Amino acid sequence: MSEVTAEPIAADTRRTGRAALFAEFWAYFSENRGAVIGLAFFVLVCLVAIFAPLIAPHDPDNQFRDALLKPPVWQMGGEWRFLLGTDDIGRDVLSRIIFGSRYSLFVGVVVVSLALVSGILLGLIAGFVGGWIDTLIMRVMDIILAFPSLLLALALVAILGPSLTNAMIAIALVQQPHYVRLTRAAVLGEKNRDYVTAARVAGVRPLRLMFVTILPNCLAPLIVQAALSFSNAILDAAALGFLGMGAQPPTPEWGTMLAEAREFILRAWWVVTMPGLAILFTVLAINLMGDGLRDALDPKLKRS
Amino acid sequence: MFRFILVKIGLLIPTFIGVALAAFTFIRLLPGDPVLLLAGEHGVTPERHAELMHQYGFDQPFWLQFLHFLWGLLHGDLGVSIVSRRPVVSEFLTLFPATLELSICAIIFAIVLGIPAGMFAATRRGSWIDQSLMGSALVGFSMPIFWWGLLLIILFSGVLHWTPVSGRISLMYFFPRVTGFMLIDSLLSGQKGAFQSAVSHLILPTIVLGTIPLAVIARQTRSAMLEVLGEDYVRTARAKGLSPLRVVGIHALRNALIPVITTIGLQVGVLMGGAILTETIFSWPGVGKWMVDSIFRRDYPAVQGGLLLIALLVMLVNLAVDLLYGLVNPKIRHTR
Repeated sequence: MSEVTAEPIAADTRRTGRAALFAEFWAYFSENRGAVIGLAFFVLVCLVAIFAPLIAPHDPDNQFRDALLKPPVWQMGGEWRFLLGTDDIGRDVLSRIIFGSRYSLFVGVVVVSLALVSGILLGLIAGFVGGWIDTLIMRVMDIILAFPSLLLALALVAILGPSLTNAMIAIALVQQPHYVRLTRAAVLGEKNRDYVTAARVAGVRPLRLMFVTILPNCLAPLIVQAALSFSNAILDAAALGFLGMGAQPPTPEWGTMLAEAREFILRAWWVVTMPGLAILFTVLAINLMGDGLRDALDPKLKRS
Repeated sequence: MFRFILVKIGLLIPTFIGVALAAFTFIRLLPGDPVLLLAGEHGVTPERHAELMHQYGFDQPFWLQFLHFLWGLLHGDLGVSIVSRRPVVSEFLTLFPATLELSICAIIFAIVLGIPAGMFAATRRGSWIDQSLMGSALVGFSMPIFWWGLLLIILFSGVLHWTPVSGRISLMYFFPRVTGFMLIDSLLSGQKGAFQSAVSHLILPTIVLGTIPLAVIARQTRSAMLEVLGEDYVRTARAKGLSPLRVVGIHALRNALIPVITTIGLQVGVLMGGAILTETIFSWPGVGKWMVDSIFRRDYPAVQGGLLLIALLVMLVNLAVDLLYGLVNPKIRHTR
């Protein structure tokens, strides 16, 4: 009976509470200028990725045989056709970077989703069930964390075969322990709070207790971690591409572009500089956002 | 304290066995027959194949093979590299000093710049100095270091011709290997210019590998410092009329350093990951480049052994950090 009367009230406060929470969050978040700039840049990158075919001046794979290694437009010998110059087989660098944004964002989204979902599941189970299951899960996570993440990802890709899909799976696997640890720690902290006991006494079933009662209260550190691992995923995927173990040429993935451009570093600086700048700015924007998220979501941490 | 150490080591053993099992399973997940891989292009007759399968123990059950592997591990035997035909352990130990030398230089670079930068930013919180220092730290933290290395090569080797592009020392110099550390060996050799050559080869890789730890240490030092500067004892020290330098440099820093030391310890994993990229860019003959090359050559015993040894190293350093932390902070060692 208590459940029947309690339900609508709880749902109501949650709805108004959510809008208020968001307003409070945005007030703190927008206080941080860097975070807002990061967010704006990130939105811009997303738009570029979505509308890549409309924005890009050329097809990313089109080879202009009459314009090999053309410098950017502002340098002597540059052409307006190719704003950021061309690479060694005459492909437009700007168009490749624009299309490359699709791969990087895709990698970030897929890796974070995979790692977040599996990490939350395992963390909830470990924290909620406890006992030997907890020990087993946490030991396995310790094992994954004992390997340097890039090395483990590299080795995993070697087993699975080099491709962007396998790189994403490998990176998600090496990032997942962080989510498991965070979720488990948060669950252990919340599990014995009064509201959880109350829900349990009221007869809430374990699954609902896990996902509906406890999980929403553990989300703050997970969101911050998601921003951090989004940028790490982009960096790691680019590093794997650079080592020849990620996306394969001629894919215009930023790391793969760098690997192809390596032999021209002393002759054509732009083919090396531009994709790297794209990686740096995107990752920087996400990290700026991440710092803002951390400050806004975690009042315990010192605001900077 | 003794109990604390025992518990920590006790927790490490199952993890290590798990790591060994992971590295061991890894090689068996790879497609292809290990004996055919060993035989290379020449191929083997069926009889010879069976003989080799028996010789390497591949015909035994999985768990027995794993026990053999563990047994070998306890005796420092991790198998033989397919490519060089040398034991994996001795291969690793030959290359490891190069990686260690580079890592030590990188972490010193990161500490020497990062801690003062963090302290400085904390004491001038909110000023333009603080903002620009922390902005640079965030850029460093976001840096794709393989690209950063290429940029530095373009600038310092390509345009300015100040530093060499790759390797550990100029080919002009040849001297016996004593310690494996090029800086020390070149000094010991007494050859003119050898030490300078070793230093100039080391500068760019050190900067590249040290960039991310530098950013992390600077950020961590700043936030730890801010926390400490708000404490009562710091106010007391100020009220007593101690000079700001003494308050910040001695009273506050000492306590702020505790979390920073943990951060520095945790950078070892970052360094080993970074070494893979840095060594590849600069053709630095260390463990990271060896691992990448082994993966590309499908030299599975080398990959398996290298993974295991690197993981062991990271675990031991983390253990050392844990123990150090327990030593300086009694609260930690008495929980649980």
